[in-house]
Amino acid sequence: MQISIENLSHAYGSVEVLNDINLTFEPGEIAVIIGPSGCGKSTLLRLIGGLEEPSKGAAYIAGQAPEGSLNPLTYIFQDFALLPWRSVAGNISLVLEDHKLSKQQSKAIIDDVLARTNLSEFHDALPRQLSGGMKQRVAIARALAVRPAFLLMDEPLSALDSQTRELLMDDLVALWAREAFSACYVTHNLAEAVRLGHKVIVLSRRPGKVRDVVEISIPLEERRERAVELEEVQQQLWQMMREEALAADRELADV
Amino acid sequence: MSEPVNRNKVPFRGGGFKPRPIRFVAPFVFLALVLFWEFGSRTGIISNLVLPAPSEAFQAFLDLYNSGLFWKHVSTSLYRLVFGWSIGTALGILVGLLIGLFSLARSSLLPLTSAFFPIPKIALLPLFIIWFGIGEGSKVATILFGTFFPTVIATYGGVDNVERGLIRMGQSFGMSWLSIVRKIILPGALPAILSGARISASIAIILLVAAEMIGAEYGIGAYVLMAGSLFATDQLIVGVAMLSILGLCVSWLIGKAEKALLNWRG
Repeated sequence: MQISIENLSHAYGSVEVLNDINLTFEPGEIAVIIGPSGCGKSTLLRLIGGLEEPSKGAAYIAGQAPEGSLNPLTYIFQDFALLPWRSVAGNISLVLEDHKLSKQQSKAIIDDVLARTNLSEFHDALPRQLSGGMKQRVAIARALAVRPAFLLMDEPLSALDSQTRELLMDDLVALWAREAFSACYVTHNLAEAVRLGHKVIVLSRRPGKVRDVVEISIPLEERRERAVELEEVQQQLWQMMREEALAADRELADV
Repeated sequence: MSEPVNRNKVPFRGGGFKPRPIRFVAPFVFLALVLFWEFGSRTGIISNLVLPAPSEAFQAFLDLYNSGLFWKHVSTSLYRLVFGWSIGTALGILVGLLIGLFSLARSSLLPLTSAFFPIPKIALLPLFIIWFGIGEGSKVATILFGTFFPTVIATYGGVDNVERGLIRMGQSFGMSWLSIVRKIILPGALPAILSGARISASIAIILLVAAEMIGAEYGIGAYVLMAGSLFATDQLIVGVAMLSILGLCVSWLIGKAEKALLNWRG
């Protein structure tokens, strides 16, 4: 299954947020979108997953979703979006309940994704009892439970402290190594971009346009050791981002 | 090189502004007040005409209990209260949900609700008597209307305040509309609905007494009204005390419900 965006533009009223975006996401690849704040990264993600309708152009799905995928386009949110009144298992079962699954099937899926995210012992815990990192792990487990074909990750690590962020990046790399998933990962953090992205899409300030696409060929599992090479890529990205960020920062907010 | 410098401990200036509940203070204050009252009545500081002694009120309660009318009054009042409040609350939640979920309902029903909410339902009692009869109908209707509007407002406010992110999450996982309402919006609005229930229950008790003051043979309100018109102040105190205890019981029950339904808030 391949996702592509063609001639996509979007405006909120008279404010143009995205301008003529053309992108293709290959299966089994993590594409990271970076850009200065307010450039429409998160909007772009909502448009790809059908949570908002673009003013012009469209996002397309080519080919069939893999067999058994309950929700091909699945989000992971910055604020976790866990129901506080449901336990960890309850939050995962929530997204399975609308699909006609037997009790045993649901239970098997829940146990499997909890095991994959090392959460088995937190089966009955409530979200308020969990740290931020654990909450995001639950959200990742919930996303895995519907067997997504394409993950849409909206700054998933931005609400976490830097140590937790490191741990979760390792977790994501391990998950990807186990089963290469396709994802679009939005962030403003360049370190995350170079650790997780097979390609990094740089957006300009508002109205967001694709400024450049940087491919990173170092395999994900080797990136921790090859920090020096990554640092170079990160510097290159920063040079591109710097003027955009500077200009975006000096804009008056009157939206 | 270094001569001893005069040093002081950094003065503590934090703390405070955090009242904690202290156990047994409330019953103690209550008991002290009653004792003071009894003492005042016995010594003549408080004239019996102004306020009957607690012991006299208690005697009046025993008389009421022995006459067998106590349960009759209480059960009649409870029936009206429970009947009127539960129907009013159920309808209120339903209409509140409609207002919270549908633009058409919001545009049509919300202005109506805002217009009817401030009308004292007691003022409508004569109309209710004409519409629903002098018997139980008008009394239940008064309580029903009185609890309906605050519940509507609490419910739609609760629905409005459900985190948009959670709803978007439900949509992104392809949950059906009904599932989103049942599993995300309703539980999310529940805290607001329950605090609305607290308010509507107090309103219901106030309206109960008002409704029972017209054309009622039994009921706590009727008992208080009769005591008042006979200037039997000891019976009046008994009636008022029963109302107060009723209010405490209702608020205790809602507290229990909050604990059971909202334990996820910790």
